Amino acid sequence: MRLELEGIAHEYGSTRVLDDLSLTLEAGRIGCLLGPSGCGKTTALRCIAGFEPIRAGAIRINGETVSTPAHTLPPERRRIGMVFQDYALLPHLTALDNVAFGLHRLPRRRRRDKAREFLRLVGLSRSDDRYPHQLSGGQQQRVALARALAPEPRLVLLDEPFSSLDVDLREHLVREVRDILKRCRATALMVTHDQLEAFAIADEVGVMRAGRIEQWDSPYNLYHRPATRFVADFVGQGALVRGRIAEDGAVEIELGRLQGRLVHRPPTDEISVLLRPDDVVHDDTSPLHATVRHKAFRGAEILYTLALPSGEHVLAMVPSHHNHAIGERIGIRLETDHIVAFPRD
Amino acid sequence: MSRPARTLLPGPPPAVRRVRGNAAGGRAWLLAMAVIALPAVLPLAAVATGFWGPDGDVVAHLREHVLPRVAVNTAILVTGVVVGAGLLGTSLAWLVAVFDFPGRRLFSWALLLPMAVPGYVMAFVYIGLLDYAGPVQSALRDWLGEGAALPPIRSTGGVIAVMTLTLYPYVYLIARNAFLTQGRRALEVGRSLGLSPARGFLRVALPMARPWLAGGLLLVAMETLADFGTVAAFNYDTFTTAIYQAWFAMFSLDAALHLAAFLILPVLAVVALERRLRGGARYTPTDARAGLLRLPGLRGWLAAAAAGGVLTVAFLLPFAQLLVWSLPSLAAVDVRFLEATGNSLFLAASGAVLIVAMALLLSYAHRLRPGAAGSTLARVATLGYALPGPVLAVGVFVPLALLSNRLTGWLPADWGTISLQTTLATLLLAYAARFLAVGHTPVDASMQRITPSLDDAAASLGVTGLRRLARIHLPMLKTGLLTGATLVFVDVMKEMPITLMTRPYGWDTLATRVYEFTAEGQWERAALPGVALVLAGLLPVALLTLRADRRAV
Repeated sequence: MRLELEGIAHEYGSTRVLDDLSLTLEAGRIGCLLGPSGCGKTTALRCIAGFEPIRAGAIRINGETVSTPAHTLPPERRRIGMVFQDYALLPHLTALDNVAFGLHRLPRRRRRDKAREFLRLVGLSRSDDRYPHQLSGGQQQRVALARALAPEPRLVLLDEPFSSLDVDLREHLVREVRDILKRCRATALMVTHDQLEAFAIADEVGVMRAGRIEQWDSPYNLYHRPATRFVADFVGQGALVRGRIAEDGAVEIELGRLQGRLVHRPPTDEISVLLRPDDVVHDDTSPLHATVRHKAFRGAEILYTLALPSGEHVLAMVPSHHNHAIGERIGIRLETDHIVAFPRD
Repeated sequence: MSRPARTLLPGPPPAVRRVRGNAAGGRAWLLAMAVIALPAVLPLAAVATGFWGPDGDVVAHLREHVLPRVAVNTAILVTGVVVGAGLLGTSLAWLVAVFDFPGRRLFSWALLLPMAVPGYVMAFVYIGLLDYAGPVQSALRDWLGEGAALPPIRSTGGVIAVMTLTLYPYVYLIARNAFLTQGRRALEVGRSLGLSPARGFLRVALPMARPWLAGGLLLVAMETLADFGTVAAFNYDTFTTAIYQAWFAMFSLDAALHLAAFLILPVLAVVALERRLRGGARYTPTDARAGLLRLPGLRGWLAAAAAGGVLTVAFLLPFAQLLVWSLPSLAAVDVRFLEATGNSLFLAASGAVLIVAMALLLSYAHRLRPGAAGSTLARVATLGYALPGPVLAVGVFVPLALLSNRLTGWLPADWGTISLQTTLATLLLAYAARFLAVGHTPVDASMQRITPSLDDAAASLGVTGLRRLARIHLPMLKTGLLTGATLVFVDVMKEMPITLMTRPYGWDTLATRVYEFTAEGQWERAALPGVALVLAGLLPVALLTLRADRRAV
């Protein structure tokens, strides 16, 4: 169901953790709050769950107001499912009983049937009688998801659900969790500091900084059309180089005029231009040259840090059979179809 | 008597021990451990022989009249105190760990204060206050006429109530830690699945905390079984007082030994259970972010009143009464009080030094000589903490008396009689058996926190054995040693039955003075040594509080 946050604020003591935070998540969509640690993303989640009161604004689920500064609907009456970072499975209950735990409104027999159904949904049909400590990390995670989904909540909240898993397991599970959420047509909001995770699971991502959302957008737009310098810096890789806006509106940098249009025009003509590693293409025939300063081997590609004649650096993602030594001068070409720029400092 | 902070300190982390050193050196360390375990093994073996005690008139009388009665009394007492302390400790811990109400931070540590009051001190204060001739009942009669009376304090209910008040902090401390680390989170899980806080407590938090609660309750059971002073003050006959009576009224060591043998059965059962549980309980570290639940308005004040009520009854009131009683005698402090204080301090200090040194050797030997044999020895050596004082007293006294008789026989006649059994050395030996675990727990915990690679590093630089202990470990163990010494110091000071039964003739300590005055009903005179013991008892409470504060609130 639709989730709305309207200008909410939260404080721990005198520190403001959330400040005028707003977002809207339509029913059936998967949203994600992405940000560095301490940006307030988990607090936002806890406010939505009802564990924390808010100081300003309002939270609405499907039009029903659940939090205002004057009133906090208790979490147990919000019909929100939550997947905790440490899963918080009940150690004294089996997997099946953990899932059935939230179904206390159903008659006893229905409870177990339904719990079994949800364990099957998350692909754990044969782990009914196992206790949490007998399950692997990934299995525990799926039990936690099944437990959150089984009562058919109006909204599912996931707090860094993949952070305690191995990296290779993580990638696989992220996709699977997305599939399960989509199959249940759940509306879900996740919190993470890992952008690849966020991009893999979410339809919409909000990049948070210091208690505010800097940009709420699709993963594609966050990468290609970052609204602020912080988003440009936090999402993906890239380098800022000096540039200026010519009288005809074109953008000029040290390497020449750039193709494409400005995504948003900065108020000044002196600007910093964002160049992503895929904007800089290696081309032996190009008249433009740069010197290799660093290289990071990534398997299929090599990420080169290149120094321009002025000393400014850019990044280039190059197929890894183009193996150049540090100090070598290589030819580059710019391939931009839109340009992101910010006022220069 | 109450020995705060022994097993209440967080259990040692899973040991990372490694085999190191050559086999010959290893054997020497193992031998050292065996010697350290001797004070615990000796009385246990002696008491075990008591099962097959000689059939005399006294033993027959014992079997028929005393044994059944004290067995039933002991069972009732243990059940009552375990239930009482369990309910009181768990509910207070839940209140303080999960809810926010006026004074919560203060109560969070202040509710541990009753730990500082030895059970036998609390006992005589309440008997003195509430007895028929005491101030409360007299006042009642003045207001309401001669017929007005409270139920008698010297009753089963009275002794259970008083022991509950001194022992609930054990459950409280353990339960509070469990609830602080996982209770709020458990509650949040429950609420995210639609349970109200009250149902979340019953269905999530309580089952999750079960291993810890059970551990706390078993500790209470152990303390209750071991208690001598409180039940003696109430004239409530249990195994421990029966042992004392058999020895000091019927003058039958055999009978005492026989009773002691029966008492160690339930004691060992409780120990075995407690040790099994301690292995199974693990805190899952959770996000401490989960917040407190605010109790608004009246409900908050009610919570504060409940916590304040317990604190008043279990600490403030008895302590105030002690002060009132001791003020007049403060002006006329006599030589015997000063002498008893000096003796207590001397015993406590020697005990602390001796026991911590033993604990250190035990821990270090086990570090150097890990393995099953070492673990068993360490476990046996620290078993004494569960043995009631009278059992240990009998168990140490009997073999030493035997040995003395033999020595007297062997040595030239003009050397006179030798009686090892009533020297201070005996006393210290029995203390060592009883309190080794108290010193060992903090020392061993700090020892295990030292990474084994430090030992390797020292060895690679040519520093091994005792030199390594002195130069590498001792400086890093300072806190653990100090904690252990403090705890042992206070425990020895408060110890009553061992001191009473094996002290040299006429050698008084604060605890034995309290016993004597209590037996004569002289509450005012018992008050001053009582105050001194409570003040000493505040030390370990302060240690516990500081430690807990550093972890989480």
